[in-house]
Amino acid sequence: MTDVAGSDIASLVSRNEQTILPEWLELQKKAGTLNTGRISEGELQSQSQNFLHLLRDALAKGGNDVSNPVYEPAKAMLNDLSRSRALQGFTPSETATFIFSLKEPLFNALNRDQTLSPEKIAATVWTTTLLLDELGLFTLEIFQKSREEVIIRQQREIAELSTPVVKLWDGILALPLIGTLDSQRTQVVMENLLQTIVDDEAEIAIIDITGVPTVDTLTAQHLLKTVAAARLMGADCMISGIRPQIAQTMVHLGVELNVISKATLADAFGLALRQTGRTVTRIKKGEWQAGLKPKAGEQGA
Amino acid sequence: MDRIPILKFGNALLVTIQVDMHDRLATTLEEDLTSKIVAHSARGVLIDISALEIVDSFIGRMLDNIAAVSRILDADTVVVGMRPAVAITLVELGLSLAGVKTALNVERGMALIEGRLSESEADDADDED
Repeated sequence: MTDVAGSDIASLVSRNEQTILPEWLELQKKAGTLNTGRISEGELQSQSQNFLHLLRDALAKGGNDVSNPVYEPAKAMLNDLSRSRALQGFTPSETATFIFSLKEPLFNALNRDQTLSPEKIAATVWTTTLLLDELGLFTLEIFQKSREEVIIRQQREIAELSTPVVKLWDGILALPLIGTLDSQRTQVVMENLLQTIVDDEAEIAIIDITGVPTVDTLTAQHLLKTVAAARLMGADCMISGIRPQIAQTMVHLGVELNVISKATLADAFGLALRQTGRTVTRIKKGEWQAGLKPKAGEQGA
Repeated sequence: MDRIPILKFGNALLVTIQVDMHDRLATTLEEDLTSKIVAHSARGVLIDISALEIVDSFIGRMLDNIAAVSRILDADTVVVGMRPAVAITLVELGLSLAGVKTALNVERGMALIEGRLSESEADDADDED
């Protein structure tokens, strides 16, 4: 097969830009790029024109090897475009259409060109296809990557959001767990809890699993690890908020938590108060208003 | 530094580990501590590891051993001041130090030992009555 120089394609693009660009835009519109109203027609036009120019320059300078550094500007532009479309909620095919729909106008331009021999045309079609395919794959890869980045960021945010350590009283901490406990989250939870135990000099930590949908052997193991680590730091652990169905499942699975467990956070808190030598008592009617003015040594003693 | 100082503190012994433990240091400490418990007839051993940043399974087992030996010699072992990272490492290694008592800092560890001592003294007094 005859070798086709990139500069040939570049000059073809230059000569036929006036026809290629409108055809390309028309195809993109037909493919529905504008339908969802996520980008305007003007934006699409400037993007297309921009890319066509960058592609032409790269072809003129560096032939048809996409890994050549002269393709960097074109790739950088595709990168931005793909990223922004990923964030705007375009589907992968809608994003890839941007590149792939350029084929038809280019081939049409080739066919219209009277100066080229059929062999030359066939060879150019092949080279152009390879080139555009590669650029299309590049676009998809970037698209995928930006979606993955979004997912990773969200995972991190979820992990941070859902593991607060709450101080209930002097020396008593609560850790309300929400969602499934996997090993990665357990690690975050454990680190948070242990650090707070050190910072607050806590004696008792209550792990509340009301928000944990299921407790299987693995979750139980993770819970026990957290409890063991807290114990090594010198703090007692309790587990609260085991729902009736979960208690049954745990017994059926043979999961044993060899720690103090209470049905509700309130029960566990009551026990924690007693263990640290405090009680909660009801005060007489009318006394609470007097109690609003704090008496010495009444709170948090 | 080729051995870790052991301080007598009333009825208890106080060990502060302030250097990175290596294996020989650990075995020396175990031997020294055993003989000191007997020599001073100590009732409690307080090991402060707040400066210890790195543990391995050997050090973990050493702590367990010390606790077991002390228990035979009728002394309570309390490990205090463990760092979060160290605690996580020990748990991941599968060493939960079941025989060791723990406390957050030296103050609370001391209170724990004293509490045990006064308890057993009260028991002794009851026995005499």
